Amino acid sequence: MTETMTASSAAAGRPAGPPIIHLEGVTREYGEPPTLALAGVDLTVEEGEFVAIVGPSGSGKSTMLNVIGTLDRPTGGTARIAGSDVGRLSDAKLSALRAYRIGFVFQQFHLADGSTTVDNVADGLIYAGVPRAERRRRAVVALERVGLGHRLGHRPTQLSGGERQRVAIARAVVGDPPLLLADEPTGNLDSVSGASIVELLHELHEAGTTIVVITHDAELAARLPRQVAIRDGRIVSDSGLAA
Amino acid sequence: MNPDHDRRSRLLGRDVLRLGTTGLRARPTRAVLSALGIAIGIAAMIAVVGISSSSQAKLQAQLSALGTNLLTVQPGQNLFGEAATLPTNTVGKVGLVDGVEQAGSAAVLNGVLVYRSSLIDRASSGGLGAAAVTESLLDVVGGTLATGEWLNRATASYPAVVLGSKAAERLGIATVGSMIQLGDQYFTVVGILDPLDLAPELDTTVMIGETVAAERFGYDGKPTTVYERSSDERVEAVRELLPRTVNPAAPEEVEVSRPSDALAAKQAADQAFTGLLLGLGSVALLVGGIGVANTMVISVLERRREIGLRRALGATRGHIRSQFLTEALLLSALGGVAGAAIGTGVTSVVAAVNDWPTAVPPEVLLAGVGATLVIGAIAGLYPAIRAARTPPTSALSG
Repeated sequence: MTETMTASSAAAGRPAGPPIIHLEGVTREYGEPPTLALAGVDLTVEEGEFVAIVGPSGSGKSTMLNVIGTLDRPTGGTARIAGSDVGRLSDAKLSALRAYRIGFVFQQFHLADGSTTVDNVADGLIYAGVPRAERRRRAVVALERVGLGHRLGHRPTQLSGGERQRVAIARAVVGDPPLLLADEPTGNLDSVSGASIVELLHELHEAGTTIVVITHDAELAARLPRQVAIRDGRIVSDSGLAA
Repeated sequence: MNPDHDRRSRLLGRDVLRLGTTGLRARPTRAVLSALGIAIGIAAMIAVVGISSSSQAKLQAQLSALGTNLLTVQPGQNLFGEAATLPTNTVGKVGLVDGVEQAGSAAVLNGVLVYRSSLIDRASSGGLGAAAVTESLLDVVGGTLATGEWLNRATASYPAVVLGSKAAERLGIATVGSMIQLGDQYFTVVGILDPLDLAPELDTTVMIGETVAAERFGYDGKPTTVYERSSDERVEAVRELLPRTVNPAAPEEVEVSRPSDALAAKQAADQAFTGLLLGLGSVALLVGGIGVANTMVISVLERRREIGLRRALGATRGHIRSQFLTEALLLSALGGVAGAAIGTGVTSVVAAVNDWPTAVPPEVLLAGVGATLVIGAIAGLYPAIRAARTPPTSALSG
């Protein structure tokens, strides 16, 4: 694993803490008879990296995102996220990990249509026990950070797809999580909006956030510093290791 | 930032409440319709209790105005089934009983029929009777005069008559000074009474003094009903003493009754009906609770993605559970409060129509709203547990 650390260029020059993602022989089975969605995955991501996990649909990349995001537990192997063993944590501890350490961006945005952008973003802090006024104040800051300072009182239905995804990203980063997970963030967007979202992710990465993007889009993956290709539940190539 | 400090997911109480309203605000029509079941149940129960207690309040007011300390003494039957009579000096004897404050009597004059004038067919006496009464009678039965005067010592000796309210109505007399016929003799109307709630038999009676009754109709001094009032705490004791005092030789031939008991019996009959309606109301409430549970189950199924998102944002299972439980509680509380308002409204309308005071006991309102909260908690429990079991991956797998 020390090779990984030296090999990952993005981690170079940063304080060497424990890796933020560390998967070791992770398997995940579903159903009866069991089908193997992940068939023994080893992956290490250091703090400050910007990684694309790329693969066709059915390759197991969504399962991998679930495991990395602590939404799902591996059936075999160990997954350490932000230093904690996911398989051993209680529901409350896993929830806390998601509340403070991980931000999620979804393909379908998952915004509440009845609420303003500020309230949508402020919801990102609701499970951290932050009082409402403080949540909204920080939501405004986050919205300004993603370039939507002029859309504070709008509702999601009044925004373009690209703007909605920016709102979702603002919600994911409003609590300053060290790890940002994005599931096909440009999947529902036209190429121009998609490009601007990738640009925004780059900016967040520059500011120090570790970002993992799950995509089937090889073109998008090629624009990121490190690509991990997955197929049939196994990692078939990792530019971080190859470099 | 201290990492130990922010280890746990936390949800402020205010936010639990706020989240509980999101589902209701997103689908207001559904919220209103499913709360309606509960509202109808609570409204029915509160209206039933309210109407019943309003009519009781009226009755209570009536009873306390009339008094429950009036007893009547009447002749019963002797051992051979023949009609008994009361002795001549009954009023005097009753007045001697310890605790008796007032006593008066009426004696129905058999065979004396009442007519408006000599031109009226002798067969059409209108069902009215004549009675010889003591001057004290009016106060004992708590009667008031609609017009004119009550009999006094002077008018009791002359052909003067006071009409009961229905008697005046049937004879078509509204003012004093008219003449009516008792048998074949003319009497002058000197007063007309208001209706008597505790002695309704006097309403259809025309009353004359004992002296004139003895002179003209051969009244023998044996009253047919003696009315008596005592202090409230002595009523039962007086009741025990009356038969032996009135007729020591044959106390079993004396019947004592309490007119206010008849009113109270009417109240008991109302309460049996109230029980039935309350049963129907609680069935409505149960159906309303099932409606809320149903709505919540559907809501949980529809909102799998929202639940997944909230789990991704850091909600614990407990947070999801409390959100949906709160929603169910708010939903049924909404129904409960609306139902309490509707029930109170129905009660006041019914009370106004019947000229009763509106009386909805506050503890019934509290119990009603409290019951809806219990129903909401029970109805929301299963959906909330299901919501909490929704896998966190639901936000992604859509």
